[in-house]
Amino acid sequence: MTTTVTSRARLARFRAPGGFLLGAVLLLGVAPLVLPDFRLSLLAKYLCYAIVAVGVSLAWGRGGLLVLGQGVFFGLGGYAMAMHLKLADATAAGETLPDFMQLYGTSDALPWWWEPFRSPLFALVMTVVLPMAVAAALGFFVFRRRVKGAYFAILSQALAAALAIWLVGQQATTGGTNGLTDIQGFFGYDLNDPVNQRMVYLVIAAALLLVMVLARQLFVSRFGELLVAVRDSEERVRFLGYNPANVKLVAYVVAAGMAGLAGALFVPAVGIISPALIGIVPSIGFVIGAAVGGRASLVGAVLGAVAVAWAQSTLSDAFPAAWTYLQGLLFVVAVGFLPGGLASLATLLRNRRTRPDSSGGAV
Amino acid sequence: MKGELKGEGLTVRDLRVTFDGFTAVDGVDLDIRPGDLRFLIGPNGAGKTTLVDAVTGLVKASGSARFGGQELLGRPVQAIARTGIGRTFQTATVFENLTVLQNLDIAAGAGRRWWTMLRRRKEVPEPVERALETIGLSALRDRPAGVLAHGQKQWLEIGMLLVQDVRLLLLDEPVAGMSHDERQATGELLQRISEERTVVVIEHDMDFMRSFARSVSVLHAGRMLSEGTVAEVQADAKVQEVYLGRAAEPVPSEPVATAQEA
Repeated sequence: MTTTVTSRARLARFRAPGGFLLGAVLLLGVAPLVLPDFRLSLLAKYLCYAIVAVGVSLAWGRGGLLVLGQGVFFGLGGYAMAMHLKLADATAAGETLPDFMQLYGTSDALPWWWEPFRSPLFALVMTVVLPMAVAAALGFFVFRRRVKGAYFAILSQALAAALAIWLVGQQATTGGTNGLTDIQGFFGYDLNDPVNQRMVYLVIAAALLLVMVLARQLFVSRFGELLVAVRDSEERVRFLGYNPANVKLVAYVVAAGMAGLAGALFVPAVGIISPALIGIVPSIGFVIGAAVGGRASLVGAVLGAVAVAWAQSTLSDAFPAAWTYLQGLLFVVAVGFLPGGLASLATLLRNRRTRPDSSGGAV
Repeated sequence: MKGELKGEGLTVRDLRVTFDGFTAVDGVDLDIRPGDLRFLIGPNGAGKTTLVDAVTGLVKASGSARFGGQELLGRPVQAIARTGIGRTFQTATVFENLTVLQNLDIAAGAGRRWWTMLRRRKEVPEPVERALETIGLSALRDRPAGVLAHGQKQWLEIGMLLVQDVRLLLLDEPVAGMSHDERQATGELLQRISEERTVVVIEHDMDFMRSFARSVSVLHAGRMLSEGTVAEVQADAKVQEVYLGRAAEPVPSEPVATAQEA
């Protein structure tokens, strides 16, 4: 009896590193070997969504913050990266302005706020720091004023809509509805070369693994416990002497940074960033994957994000009209009937078999 | 500073709480000496819980409430908590999805530096270990708090205040819904705690009050009706009139809740 218990405990200790190793082998070793170029670049795109989902899992799954506007941070990261790459492309082609500015631009000079993005270091730092700064500024006021629940969700979504609308209106400096398209190079590497596309995939897969390690550390840390406590009973946490606003702020800012990183990596993988990729609909899309897979479970959220993105590109080609409905349905079913997502299904079934009403008293 | 007394006194002057024109607490003065085990009694709607809410920053109030030389009114809840005041609620509010140990660890941690927050808990902090023993939940430390029995949750809440190392505990009906034995155990626990800290208990149960109170304040309709020892208060004619007179008959001390919660 005791031996089985200790050996099981020992197994549990190796489960996370073991699972991580398995994931690393699959993503970095098996997938590039077995998948053709086209599939691999699709997977690269899905993994970008998975990086956003890791942040969603932290902020929503653990922190209870329904972040319906992650498109803002994804977009800021994406545009920061794309601006640099467009400038680099223009320089490589011997031009002074990116192509779209020559078409729609009103002046011959580069807008002042584009200028710093010539520096690759500045652009890279901004892909993560800019979303985090915006999240910090927004969260500071929102959480202090104790805006929560649906109001927070609507507010964050409105922000996504606002950014998308603003971008559309700035045709001359942001490319408007088209966005920043036709990106050719990635820090000197030609993105049209399949070998370099594979390299981009590997960078994205490595980034996902890194982000998961970071998130897991936050989950198991004391901060992670406190975050769950804030989610479940904010008032009680306050009486223990903590300011819950700060706890939520950290989760929100970290999630924003992850979304920014994902947006930045999305650009070389797909070659475009546009308002349509960061507005309300994609923002909702970011949380659906996490909801379906299991928002409180890191692996659940990641697998859910990849699965939903895969289903979207497969089904929306075949039934373009039906996909939106299906997406909505998935969200409602997952949130309403299976709040733990598919990740909780195994536990639920096991509990049902062993203890018929174990959760009855916990309400 | 004050010799052996480790708790801190609470001084309330002319405290007033008004909700939409209804005065819930109407100019209350209250002096609680360090190390007291004070019972706050009074009929429903007397303003007992509102008084505690005002002192802990949950509702706005006018007047003054001083603790350890600091004015409490007007400060945010978490700032008041950090001066060393802890409270419980009528319905036990513990973090149901976290284990008993995690609950206590969070309560112990408001003063932690941010870099310790980012690390995993390596060992059980010593105050948490002691509190687990004091409240008798050592064996259940790895259970989610949500599965605890009602009484155990109340004890866990008291344990959280102990690891929080508050100098003043404000307990809102800590024995409601408890069995006789549990009440006895809780009363003895409170007496032990009050050797090192100041304890204020809101209570409806007269038997419990008689057995364990060191001093008593009676509130009625938002005002302080009487104060003193148990004997003094019981002898007070005004108190008999509004409260004890009616309660002298067998006290209906919410046994219904016991059946439901268990």
